[in-house]
Amino acid sequence: MRIVIRRIGNWFDRRLQLAAPIREMAEHPVPRNTASWWYVFGSAALVVFILQFVTGILLALVYVPSGAEAWSSLQALNHDVTLGWFIRAMHGWGSNFMVAIVLIHMAQVFLFGAYKFPRELTWIIGVFLLLMTLGMAFSGQVLRFDQDAYWGLGIGASIASRVPILGPAIVKLMLGGPIIAGATLSRFFALHVFVIPGLLIGFVCLHLLMVLKLGINEWPMPGRVVKRATYVNEYHELTKRDGAPFVPYAVWKDMFFAAFVILAVAACALYFGPFGPTGRPDPTIIQTVPKPDYFFLWLYALLSLLPPSLETPALLIGPVLVIVGLLLLPFLSGEGEKSWKRRPIAVLTVLLIAITLGTFTHLAGFTPWSPHMNAWSSDPVPDRYIHNSTALERQGALVFQVKQCRNCHSLGESGGQRGPALDSVAVRLTQDQLICQVIQGGGNMPAYGKNLSPAETTALVAFLETLHPKGQAPARDASRDMALSDENQPGVKP
Amino acid sequence: MATKPAPAQSTDATISRRGFFMKLGVLFNGLAASVLAVPIVGFLLSSITRGRANGYLSWVPLGQVSDFPEGETRLATFQNPYVMPTDGKTASTACWVRRIAEEQFQVFAVNCAHLGCPVRWFPQSGLFMCPCHGGAYYRDGSRASGPPERGLFEYPHKIENGLITIQAGELPTPGAAIAALTGEKPQCAS
Repeated sequence: MRIVIRRIGNWFDRRLQLAAPIREMAEHPVPRNTASWWYVFGSAALVVFILQFVTGILLALVYVPSGAEAWSSLQALNHDVTLGWFIRAMHGWGSNFMVAIVLIHMAQVFLFGAYKFPRELTWIIGVFLLLMTLGMAFSGQVLRFDQDAYWGLGIGASIASRVPILGPAIVKLMLGGPIIAGATLSRFFALHVFVIPGLLIGFVCLHLLMVLKLGINEWPMPGRVVKRATYVNEYHELTKRDGAPFVPYAVWKDMFFAAFVILAVAACALYFGPFGPTGRPDPTIIQTVPKPDYFFLWLYALLSLLPPSLETPALLIGPVLVIVGLLLLPFLSGEGEKSWKRRPIAVLTVLLIAITLGTFTHLAGFTPWSPHMNAWSSDPVPDRYIHNSTALERQGALVFQVKQCRNCHSLGESGGQRGPALDSVAVRLTQDQLICQVIQGGGNMPAYGKNLSPAETTALVAFLETLHPKGQAPARDASRDMALSDENQPGVKP
Repeated sequence: MATKPAPAQSTDATISRRGFFMKLGVLFNGLAASVLAVPIVGFLLSSITRGRANGYLSWVPLGQVSDFPEGETRLATFQNPYVMPTDGKTASTACWVRRIAEEQFQVFAVNCAHLGCPVRWFPQSGLFMCPCHGGAYYRDGSRASGPPERGLFEYPHKIENGLITIQAGELPTPGAAIAALTGEKPQCAS
C-alpha cells in the first residue's frame, strides 16, 4: 500500500515539482528561541482567515445580497436552514477573533521590534492587512442588513460627506445612489466577497513570502542592536549556530494555538449564537438605537465625546495621521534596540492605546451621552423624594417626569446620564440658578423657557429644591437674604 | 497586459525588429486599456454622474394638509423618487412634518445633523432627541444641545391642491451641499 501511495506521489511530483521547495520551506532553520508561545499569533490569524473563508462561502450558498431579501435570507439561515445559525455564529465570532488576533499580533510585532530592518515591508503590508481586516469587519456588518447596518451606513455616509468638495460625490459612490438602498448592499457585498478577500489573499501571500525569505524575527535581546550593515550576517550566523528546523521544532506551538482558537470560536458560536439580525432595515421605523459591532464601539464613543468643532478635523485628518504614522514607523526607527526592555516609550504607547480604546469601548457599553428615551415613562421618581412633600413639590415632580427631564438626568440611580444626576442638585444650585438653568438651558442643556408655563417652572424648581441629602442644607444666595430682609428694603422703615 | 519592456540584449538587427514589435505591442495594449477604461470608469462613477444629468431630487407628496393637525409634529413617510427593484423597504423614507399654522409647515429629515441617526420627536418636552450620540433639537429644528453643529435638515415644501409636497430623493448628510437641503435657518419658522 505504501509503495502505491509513494508511486502516485512521485508521479505527481515529477510533473508539479513542488515537493522539494515545500520541504525546504518547512525545514528552513529558525532561531531556537523563536519557538515561543509569543510567536503564534500570525499563524492563528491566518487560520481564522481560512475559517472565515470557508464559513463565508457556506453562508453565500443561502444569503441573498438584495436590499429586499437579505434580511429574510438571514432569518432563514437562523431558523430554517439546518445548522445555518451555527455557521452564521462561527462567521460572526470568527470576525471578532480575527480582529482581536490581528491586533495582538501587531502589538507583539511592535514590542519585539520585528518591524525593523530588513522587515520594513513586511510591517507595511501588515498595516494594509489590518486595514483590510477592519474593512471586512465593517462590510460584514453591512451585509447583516438590519437596522444597525442601515443606520451604520448612514453614519459612514455622514462622515464621508464631510470631506471638503468631494464629500457629496464620495457619499453617492459609497451608497451606489442617492440613498441607502439595494445598490448600497450590492456594492458592499462585492467589496466583502470579491474585492477585499482577493486583496487579502494576495497580501497574505506576500506577507508570508517575506517571513520565509527574510526569516522570522529573532527573540530580541537587550543590547543586541540592529544595524543595516551587519544585521543580515548576524541573523544568518544565529540561525546557523543556534537554529532548528521550523517543522517540527517550532510549528507544534502554532498548531496547538490554532486548534485552540478554532475551538474557542466554535465554543462562543455554540454558547452565544449568531449576531442578529436586529430589526428589519426599514427606514420608517425610527424607534431604534443603532450600535456598531464590538470593534467599532470605541469610534462610536469618540464621536459622542469629541467637541463639535474638533469632530470634522479629527474624523478626516485623524485616520490619515494614524495610517501614515504606522507606515512610516519602520523608516523612523528601522535600526537600534529591538527589546521592549530598552524601549519604554514603545511599551507606554501600546499601553496608552490599549487603555484608551478599552475605556472608549467600555463607555460605549452603556452610552452615558445618549438620552434614555423611555426613562420619563418607565423610571418613577423614587418614593423617598416625594415623602412629606407639599402639593406644589409633588406637582413639580410630575412636571419633572412629564417634561422628560428624566431622559437625561438620573434620580436614585435610574434615568439618563446625559446631564448630571440631580439627587443633590439643591446643594449645588440656588433657587435663582435653578430657574435660570431650566429656562435658559446652557452647558449642553436645552432651554425649556418656551416649553414650560410659569406655573410649571415654579413647581419644578420647588421640587428640585427639595433634592439634597439629609442634614445638608440647600444652597442659598446670601445676598438675596439680605435684600429680602426688612432692614435693607429701600423705603421701608423699621 | 504586457507591460515589461523587452530587454535590449543584442544589437542584432533581427532582435531589434522583435524589440520594435514588442514596444508596438505594449503601445497597442495601452490603447486597448484606455479604450476599455472609459466605460469601466463611467460605470463605476455612474452613481455620481447620474445626479448631474437628471438629478435625483423630485417633488413627492406626503399627504393631505388636513392629515397634519395644527401645532403638532407628526411622522410622515414617502417613497423615494428613485427606486431600484432590489430596494425593498429601504425605498421608503420617514420625515417629521410640523404644521405651525394654516399653511405654514416645516418638514424635517429624520436624520440627525450630526451623523444621521433617526431623531425622535417628544411633544411633551418639545424636543427632537437622537439616540446615538445625544444630539437634541428644538421644535423648530434648531440645535438645542449635543454634538450636532447645526439644526435639523429641512426639505423644501409646497402645498398644491391640498397636498403637502416635499422635494426629496437624497440622503441628507452634514457635508452634502445639496442646495435644496441646506439652509441653516428654518424657512418658515414662526
